[in-house]
Amino acid sequence: MNDIRKAQMVGRSTESGLVQRPLSPHINIYRWPPTMVASILNRATGIALSAGSLLLVWWVVAAASGPAAFSAMEGFVRSPVGLLLMLGWTASLFYHLFGGLRHLAWDMGYLFAKPSLNPLTYAILVLTAAATVVVWLAAYATIEG
Amino acid sequence: MASKPKPEHVSVMRSQLGRVRGLGAARSGSHHWKAERVTAVALVPLSLWFVFAVLTHLGAPQPEVAAWAGRPVNAALLLALIIMTFQHMRLGLQVVWEDYLHHAGRREAAILATSGACLLLGLIAAVAVLKLAAMAH
Repeated sequence: MNDIRKAQMVGRSTESGLVQRPLSPHINIYRWPPTMVASILNRATGIALSAGSLLLVWWVVAAASGPAAFSAMEGFVRSPVGLLLMLGWTASLFYHLFGGLRHLAWDMGYLFAKPSLNPLTYAILVLTAAATVVVWLAAYATIEG
Repeated sequence: MASKPKPEHVSVMRSQLGRVRGLGAARSGSHHWKAERVTAVALVPLSLWFVFAVLTHLGAPQPEVAAWAGRPVNAALLLALIIMTFQHMRLGLQVVWEDYLHHAGRREAAILATSGACLLLGLIAAVAVLKLAAMAH
């Protein structure tokens, strides 16, 4: 094998033994369809939100513990790292929410036609960005106002 | 010692009739999938309400937040949010482990550990809400 690309053409025949032939979608040469990106993002944001659920626990526990614990929690959330985590949490929540609604629509048999798939994916990304910006603008307005 | 292979219904401990009537996985097989959707549907209004609630209490001092969370309706909604969140999280993370961990022992251990963590986190949060509800007057 003197051409590195041939490494992507090694398959296994049904009788066992290796054969050379073009293999269909291989990760290195595959153009990611938007729906695939959307699906991976839905899982990734779900995992991120699982980690972010610790913030929810911290928030209620701090509120139940008293002023000192509550201001410690607030101090963390307002630190640069805390703000970055909150931004990620907000964006993940909205992505997972809109992406999840898309999955629920699919489960009921709606919006599954091929022409609607990619526009739906872009719509979710736009909605996520818009909702995140609106929430953070509202947050600044609340704190400043 | 070569023994005669058992008929299939003996080895799976279920009668042929029970199998064709769809008792078993045919009934319970979709339970996980369905529970994930049901919790998802519940979380749509609950998480939107929570984001709104957090927004309106930004920068509020602890007594004000505690009093708000202790009101019966708010405490109930917070409990619903916590239960649905950690149940949905447990179900979702279980699928992630099932997809990526191919060693049965490691997979089961990871699922058990995740489920335990979700249960404990949910209980801690729920107890905190109950304490807030009990403190409020």
